[in-house]
Formats: sequence, C-alpha cells, structure tokens
Amino acid sequence: MEITLSILIVFMILGAIYALYAKDLLSALISCGIVGYGLVICFLLLQAPDLAIVQIVVETITLIIMVAVVLDSSREELKEKKAVDHGLFKVRLRNIINVILVIVCALVLLYFFREVTSTLEPLGEHVTRMSSAYIENGAEQTGSANLVTGVVFDFRGYDTLGEATILFTAVIGILTILRVKGRK
Amino acid sequence: MTPIVKKVTQLIAGLIFLYGIYIIAHGHLTPGGGFAGGAVIAGSFILLVLAYGSDILKLRKREEGSSVVESTGIFIFLALAVAALFIGTKIFFTNYLPKGIIGELVSAGVIPLYNIAVGIEVAAALFTIFLALVIYKEEVSK
Repeated sequence: MEITLSILIVFMILGAIYALYAKDLLSALISCGIVGYGLVICFLLLQAPDLAIVQIVVETITLIIMVAVVLDSSREELKEKKAVDHGLFKVRLRNIINVILVIVCALVLLYFFREVTSTLEPLGEHVTRMSSAYIENGAEQTGSANLVTGVVFDFRGYDTLGEATILFTAVIGILTILRVKGRK
Repeated sequence: MTPIVKKVTQLIAGLIFLYGIYIIAHGHLTPGGGFAGGAVIAGSFILLVLAYGSDILKLRKREEGSSVVESTGIFIFLALAVAALFIGTKIFFTNYLPKGIIGELVSAGVIPLYNIAVGIEVAAALFTIFLALVIYKEEVSK
C-alpha cells in the first residue's frame, strides 16, 4: 500500500508543478483538479470513505466556480512590468542562495523526521491509548452502528458544533464582501 | 446548453437528490452522515442551475431563499443542543433520547436529528456560495 500511495503523491506533485507553469489558465485549473481527485483515491486507500465522499463533491463544486470565474475574464496571465534589470551576476547570486537555503532546510527536516519515525509505529497502525476506549465502548454508549458518526456527534460533539459555525461564518463573510458598493 | 444535457439533467437530478437524502438518513448505519449527504444535495441543485441557465431563477434578484434555509438549519442544530439542558440529565449537548437496538433505522438517540440539521445547513451553504459567486455577481460601483 505504501508504494501505491507514493506513486499517487508523485502524480499530485507533478500536477501541482505543471499548474504553475501552464500558459493557459484553463489548463492550470485542470491540473489543480488532478491534486483534488488524487486525494480522493488516497483517502479510499487509507480506509476513510466519509472523507472521500465529501472531498469528491466539494472538489467538483470548487472547480465549477473557478472555471466560471476564469471563462469570464481573459484566459492569460497579466504581463507584469519588468523590474529593473540588475545584470546577470546579481540574479545568479540570488538564485544560488535560494537553492542552498532550500537544501539546508530540507536536510534538517529529514534528519528530525528520521529521528521521530524510528520510535513510532509504522504507517497504518496507530498508538491506541485513547482510541481503544472509543472502539470498545462506542457502540453501546452511543447506540450507533457507524463509529465515526458516534464519535463525531456524541463523544466529540463540541468540535462538530464549531465546524457548523465555521461554515456559517464563511457564508456570511462571502455575502458581506460581495455586497460592498462604493459611495458615489 | 444543448438538448442532450437538458434532457439528461431532467431525468437524473431527482435521483441525485434522493441519493443525498438516503446518505443523510442512514448516517448512523453506513458511511456518510450529514456533511457528505448535504454536499450531494447541493450538487443536484447546482446541476439544475448549470444545465438550464439562470432563467430558472428569473423571479429572484438575490440569493435570499437559500440563505434563510441555511440559517434555519443551524438554528435547529442549536435548538436541539440547548433542549438537552431541560430534559433528562441537565447537561448541555448530551444524548437524551432512548438508544434503541444497534443497527435499526430508529436508534442512536438524537444523532439522526443532528444529521438532518447539519445536512440541511451544508446543502444550503454550498448552494448560497455558488449563487453568490457565479450567478448573482454584484458590481462594485466606482
């Protein structure tokens, strides 16, 4: 399973990198869709069907909204005014410093990741200190056959209350910003 | 849109709506629940608006109707949570209806009602966002 996940993640990274360098904005949007739909298959491989259903529908709706916005305007990126040309030498120095910083940060992170994963369980098996209490008593104490729904609405109900409030606040924000009319 | 898209939408939009209601109602038995079912119901409405154009909404000038439905959804959710202060053990947000046999449609206390409230809220929220950004674009006067 880890090999399949790695191949999917490589596809998603390639799609995201292509979205940066595409000439046409519609092609960039389609390769953003690769990231979203690849995530659906990753969720199914990691045994989370609730997340997969939500992700596939919300990704489709988001792509529809973005395509409607892109088709309404011109389909090219705006040509920015060129900055003052410093000459060849300084541009190369800045690029070299950037690349060295990225490599140093990546090496530091890789070292600490290796330290951490040598003491944890392998991918797919979790540390079961709290979840074993939920798994054993979940069905009788909540009464629902679906353990995810029982945890989301009964054991961790406050988080669901917060999530519904966040969605409501997001819609209020959109309706407020889109109604601003300037004064004459 | 071409007549093929319109005819297929006419045949399928009702089935998608019914599938969304099924996912919400069986949220405590099969994977899914309120959030997934609400997103599917919003998808069926968005399909209707995309296939037939904005003429289908020609009597309205703003997205008031779906915004009122969304506020009603979260109000029902909060009313159910506050009602736990007056029934049974007087603690906020507990499960106060009887839990039946595990695996039946009428079981798990007050969880199916929470699923329905969240489903209504998520469907109306996604449809309001779609209408506000795509159909009813407000112009900012200079």
